[in-house]
Amino acid sequence: MQEFAIILVSSILINNYVLVQFLGLCPFMGVSNKLESAIGMSAATTFVLTLTAMVSYIVDVMVLMPLGLIYLRTIAFILVIAAVVQFTKMFIEKTSPLLYRVLGVFLPLITTNCAVLGVALQNASKDLNFMESSLYGFGAGAGFSLVLIFFSAMRERLAAADIPAPFEGAAIAMITAGLMSLAFMGFSGLV
Amino acid sequence: MIESIAQQPILAALIAMVGLGILFGALLGYAAEKFKVEGDPIVEQIDELLPQTQCGQCGFPGCKPYAESIASGDAINKCPPGGQSTINAIANLLDVPAPELDAEHGEEADLRTVAYIREDECIGCTKCIQACPVDAILGAAKLMHTVIADECTGCDLCVEPCPVDCIDMLPLTEGLKQWHWPAPQNQLDVIASDRSGFEAPSNEGRAA
Repeated sequence: MQEFAIILVSSILINNYVLVQFLGLCPFMGVSNKLESAIGMSAATTFVLTLTAMVSYIVDVMVLMPLGLIYLRTIAFILVIAAVVQFTKMFIEKTSPLLYRVLGVFLPLITTNCAVLGVALQNASKDLNFMESSLYGFGAGAGFSLVLIFFSAMRERLAAADIPAPFEGAAIAMITAGLMSLAFMGFSGLV
Repeated sequence: MIESIAQQPILAALIAMVGLGILFGALLGYAAEKFKVEGDPIVEQIDELLPQTQCGQCGFPGCKPYAESIASGDAINKCPPGGQSTINAIANLLDVPAPELDAEHGEEADLRTVAYIREDECIGCTKCIQACPVDAILGAAKLMHTVIADECTGCDLCVEPCPVDCIDMLPLTEGLKQWHWPAPQNQLDVIASDRSGFEAPSNEGRAA
């Protein structure tokens, strides 16, 4: 039980995929304009990350390893991710058409979110069991959600702030992200 | 079996990737059937907000086609019968800023009107019957026509085709059936919010 908690803390805070490993910055910058869409995106990405971690573990252990095809991991995992994202897209289109509209092009773009491939490849190279790798996936999603929601809340505040003209828009967003990243560096050595 | 395939790396890679592809394809195909979306739910929601006069003043043959057009990105301010309240409701649903009514498509009527046929002048040409989008006109060829006032949406479409100009648009008389409490004039949000359209109450009186 304790090691599960350690996995979660490490993937959410210490090795946060966005602010410490700098993976998945595209949706982090792209969907953080509004808190509401950030929450939707977080939920969708967490769902995809968890499901991808599970399915890619199964594919890795049951197909790639017995056949000695470990060198095909990247391609096989991309196949898994594409399928999972497509499934998520259908699921959201059915359950929440408004969220589907809000997320727009960023939903299929989860496929190219490198955090998703990063989690799958890191899990495979760490030699984890099924439970651990799905927890890593979920932790990565939770960490992504945490920073995305924080960041979008800050950006909603920033929209009303009096920012010097050269720093308006993307520039101040980058600076904010950098400061958040510095803050998350402080978690290293926690476990 | 597995060992014999694993002996041949190219064959093994081919079988594994094609197998995975077929497996995921089959799963997605199943999911596509299971999560099939009937129509576009956004269109249904917009259609419910439109006034259903089917008047065509927006440039579309009816409210449903206009709702479909809005769902695919058309402007939401083309509906004069609905007026500003409909624009606000659609803007709220789609989470976009509410524009003013587009004057190009007509003005919002102050009073609801209803068509009235001066029956002794009617020649029974049936042209207004064909024009009516809600089938509110009764009559047959060479016989007098009349309007069912309760069904008429006041869209003006029957006035133009009438060859003898015997159709008037009369303001709807306010009876017990139609009367309702007037809407509150000052719709100021009591709780301060960051939504657009919020205006702070003027302090002029108090400051003096």
